[in-house]
Amino acid sequence: MSTTVPLRLYVNGERHDISVEPRRTLADALRDDCGLTGTHLGCEHGVCGACTILVDGKPTRACLMFAVQAEGSSIRTVEGLAPDQEELHPVQKAFWENHGLQCGFCTPGFLMLVAGQLEENPDTDEEEMRDVLSSNLCRCTGYQNILKASMAAAEEMRG
Amino acid sequence: MTITQPPNWTGRSLPRVEDPAILRGLGRYVADVAARDTCMYAKFIRSPYASGRVVAISAPPGVRLYTTADLDGVGDIVAALERPDFVSTAQPILAGPVVRFVGEPIAMVLAETEAAAEDAVDQVQVEIEQLPAVLGVEQATAEGAPLVHDVEFPGDANTVVDGRIHTAGFDEVFAGAEHVVTVQVGSARQSAMPLEARASHAAYDPGTGRTTLHVTTQMPHVVRTGLADVLGIREDDLRVIAPDVGGGFGAKMALAREDVMVVLASRRLRTNVAWIETREENFMGAWHSREQVYDVEGAFDADGTLLAVRADLRCDVGAYSCYPVTYAVEPLMAMAELTGPYAVREYSVRSRAVLSNKCPIAPYRGVSRPVQVLAMERLMDVAARELDIDPVELRMHNLVHEFPHRIPSGLVLDNASHRETLAVAAEMADVDDFRRRQLAAREEGRLLGIGFSSFAERTGYGTPAFAARSVPFELKKTTAADVITPGFERVVLTMDSSAGVTVRIGASPHGQGLRTSLAQVVCDQLGVAPADVRVIHSDTDATPYGWGSFASRAMVMAGGASMLAAKDLAARLRTLASHRLGGLPGDFELVDGGALNRETGESVPLFVLARDTYHSSHLIPDKGEPVLEAVATYDPSGTFANACHVAEVEVDPATGAVAITRFLVAEDAGRLVNPAIVDGQIQGGVVQGIANALYEELIYDDRGVLVTTSLMDYLPPTLHEVPDIEIAHMKTTSPQSITGAKGVGEGGTIGAPAAVANAVSDALAHLGVQVNHLPATPHRLRTAIRAAQSHAQEAAS
Repeated sequence: MSTTVPLRLYVNGERHDISVEPRRTLADALRDDCGLTGTHLGCEHGVCGACTILVDGKPTRACLMFAVQAEGSSIRTVEGLAPDQEELHPVQKAFWENHGLQCGFCTPGFLMLVAGQLEENPDTDEEEMRDVLSSNLCRCTGYQNILKASMAAAEEMRG
Repeated sequence: MTITQPPNWTGRSLPRVEDPAILRGLGRYVADVAARDTCMYAKFIRSPYASGRVVAISAPPGVRLYTTADLDGVGDIVAALERPDFVSTAQPILAGPVVRFVGEPIAMVLAETEAAAEDAVDQVQVEIEQLPAVLGVEQATAEGAPLVHDVEFPGDANTVVDGRIHTAGFDEVFAGAEHVVTVQVGSARQSAMPLEARASHAAYDPGTGRTTLHVTTQMPHVVRTGLADVLGIREDDLRVIAPDVGGGFGAKMALAREDVMVVLASRRLRTNVAWIETREENFMGAWHSREQVYDVEGAFDADGTLLAVRADLRCDVGAYSCYPVTYAVEPLMAMAELTGPYAVREYSVRSRAVLSNKCPIAPYRGVSRPVQVLAMERLMDVAARELDIDPVELRMHNLVHEFPHRIPSGLVLDNASHRETLAVAAEMADVDDFRRRQLAAREEGRLLGIGFSSFAERTGYGTPAFAARSVPFELKKTTAADVITPGFERVVLTMDSSAGVTVRIGASPHGQGLRTSLAQVVCDQLGVAPADVRVIHSDTDATPYGWGSFASRAMVMAGGASMLAAKDLAARLRTLASHRLGGLPGDFELVDGGALNRETGESVPLFVLARDTYHSSHLIPDKGEPVLEAVATYDPSGTFANACHVAEVEVDPATGAVAITRFLVAEDAGRLVNPAIVDGQIQGGVVQGIANALYEELIYDDRGVLVTTSLMDYLPPTLHEVPDIEIAHMKTTSPQSITGAKGVGEGGTIGAPAAVANAVSDALAHLGVQVNHLPATPHRLRTAIRAAQSHAQEAAS
C-alpha cells in the first residue's frame, strides 16, 4: 500500500493543506487534490507543455515535478491569472482578441508560458518570443495567432 | 423613424463566445470531470505482440481484472458497407484469444485511483504465443500470407476492399496518348494526435439505472448508438456527453473499445468509472492514418492536355474496421476523388484496403486526400518537366473551369475557382522573381525551391454522398441493419419567453468555434445579437440526433439547418408582430431585437412577442402553437471548396533539413461566416500538412512493434518549424450550401504536403532528386542528395 505525506502548497495566493503519495506529480496534485483542473496533461513526459505553470514566477512543467518538491514555493496556475471575475489578464485578453486558441487544451500552458515570460521581460522581441513559444505544442492553431497574441500582450504590458 | 438595415453578423471576425471560460481555466474536459469525482479508474493490459494467441492471463487476488471471460452478452464492434468487394471483420471489445496488433487491449483492471490502477496493470500476468504477423501490403496480399482475420477473402489475401473504375474509352485513349508520365507517391503512417488523448467517464445513477458517459468524441449520438448496440441495451439507458474536447481531427470519430469497457464496468458495478488514456497508449492504440502508396500514370497529348489517368491505390488499414465509417474510408475516397480539379475524361483505377497487424486506421483530417493531391500534383510537376511546359501553365491548361463538371468517378464539381485561385497564388508567389532569387542562391550553394498544389476539397456532404459508398439504394429485407450511412444534421431552435434563443444542434464541435459562427448565422435571420443566442451541443439528452463534426461539414450542415430553422422562426415572429401592430407579416423586418414595420415605422420588441406566445396564447388570433420553436434538417449532397497552396523552401544539402520560408494559400471556401475562424482552420490545417510532409511518422520495427510512442520520437512541428502563412480569399458560392459557406476544415492539411514536396523537389531538381514519399525527413533527403552527388561524380570521372 502506498503511504501519503502531508503537504502544504501555496497556489494562486491560497494555502492548500493536502496529503499525497510522494510519487504524485505536481500536476496531479493541483488537479486532483487542489481541484484546479485548468492545468492540463497532454503527454506527461514534459514535451507538450500543456501543464506549464509558474513556480516562483518561472514557467515550469507541472508533470515533471513531484508535488512534494513544490513545498514552500509560490505556484500560479491559469485559474490565478485573471485579476478578477470581470477583467482578464492581458495575455488572456490578447489570446481572445487574436483567435489564439481553438480546442483550448494547450491554452492554459501557453498562457502561463507567455505570462511568465512577459512578467519577467515585457520587452521580449518577436524572435525571442518565437523561441519561448516553441517550447509548447499546439495541434489546432498552427501557432501564428499564438505568436500574434503574445506580441499583442507584450505591447499591452509595456503600457 | 429611419429604417435601419439588419445588422450583418455574418462576415465578421467576432471573438469566440467559447473562449472566456477556456482562458480562465474553466473549460471542462473529460479528465476534469473525473478529477472532480470519486470514481474508479480503468487501465488496460495491451498486447506486446503484433500477432499471437493468448494462452493464459491471471492476476493475484485483490486485482480487479476483466478479461474476455467477462464479456458475456457483449457484442463485437462491426462496421461494414454493402458492396461486393467489401470483406467484413469483427472487432471484439477485448482481444482474445487472438491478438492482432501491438497495443490492442486484452484485459482491463479497475482500482480506486489512477496510480493504483497502473500498479495493478503491472501485476497482471499474460502469456501469449506469438504468431507470424503481416506488416505491409505486399506481404499481406502474397499467396499463403498469414491472415489477420480468419474470414474468407474472395480476392487477394487480407484484402478487405478492392474497388475499381474503368471508363469506357480508357484503353483506346491511354494507348494513343503522346506521353505517359509515371509517379509513385506514398505517405508514412501518422497520428492525428489531438493534444487531449482519449478519455471517458461513466457515471451510474442507481435511481434510474442510467449511465451518463462523458467521452471525448466528435460524434456523441453515434457513440451512443454504437455502445447500446454492442452492450445490448436501449440507447435511452445511456446519456452521452462530449464536454470540451481537446482536438479530434478525425481520431475521435470512431467508437473506442475502451469506452465500451468503461460503460460495462460502470453498469455492472453500479459505480462511476473513468479511463484517461496516456500519450503512449494514444500512439499505439488510438487509430492511425495515411499509410498509403499510389502508383499513378498520366496520359498527356502533345500540348499537355491530361487525357487519362491510371492508378493503383493501396491503403494499409491495420487490423480492424473503425466504427462507423469503416476501413473503406481511405480507398473509396481515394478512388472517387483522385483526379480532383483536373478535367480528365478517362480513368482506370484499382483501390484497395489491405489488413495488417498494426493499429487500425481511422479518418484523420483530409483522410486519403493529402496523398491523392500529392499524387496529382507530383504528376503535374513531373509532367511539366518532361514535357517542358511551365508547371503553372500546365495546371492552368488542365484545371476544370466550366461548372458543373462531372469527373470520371461520377462526382460533380460545382461552382469553384480552380484557375482563379491558381492565378492569385501565382501572382502572390511572383514566380519570375523567385526564379531570379533561386539562381542567385544557387551561385552561393544554397538550394531554394518553389512548389504549387491545386486541389478540390469535397465538403459538407450529407446522406446522398455517404450512401454512394454502398450498393443498396432502397431498404429491402436483405439490407443489413449494421450498415451505417451518415449524413444529415438537425437543429431545434427555440425562443424562450424572455426572447432568448437556444440552438440545439446534432453536430458536435471540438475547437471550431461553432457556437460563435452558428450564432452569427441565426442572428442575421432573427435580428438579435450573439449575446442573445446560446448554442447547445454534444449532449444526447439535450440535442437532436446528428452525426457530428467531421469531414469539413459542420458549418455547411449545422449552419444550413440553423439557417432554415431561423427562417421558420422569423416567419412566425413576423406573423405575431402583424397580430400586434396590424399590417402584413411581410411588412416586418426583424432588427435590433424587435419586429419593425417598414411601412409604418412602428416596432414591437421580440420580448413582447415571446410573452404573447407563452403567456397570452389565448389572445393570439391564429391560435398557433404556444411555443416559439422551429426544427430543421439539412442534408445536401455536398460541395467542393478549392484552393491553391504555394510553398517556398530552402534545403540544406549538408543536413537534409528543409526550412519553409514562405507559404501562400489562395482559398475559396465560399462565404466566410467568421473570417478569423476560417483563417484559423487554414493555418492549423497547413501546419498539420507540413508535419505530414516533413516530420511526422509512426514507425513499426520488423516485428510489428511501434517504436514511436512518445513525443520525443513522434515530432509534431513547434512554432520554429512553421512559416507565416499568407492567405487570400475568393468567395464562390454553391447552391449546395444555403449559407454560402463551404467547408474549410481539412483543406490546409490536404494541400500542403504536395506543395512542400513539389518545392523540395524543385530545389533538388538539378540533382535529379524527387520527393515522392513523405515525410521527407532530413535523413532521407540527405541520403538522396548524397546518392545523387556520388552518382554525378561517378558519371563525371
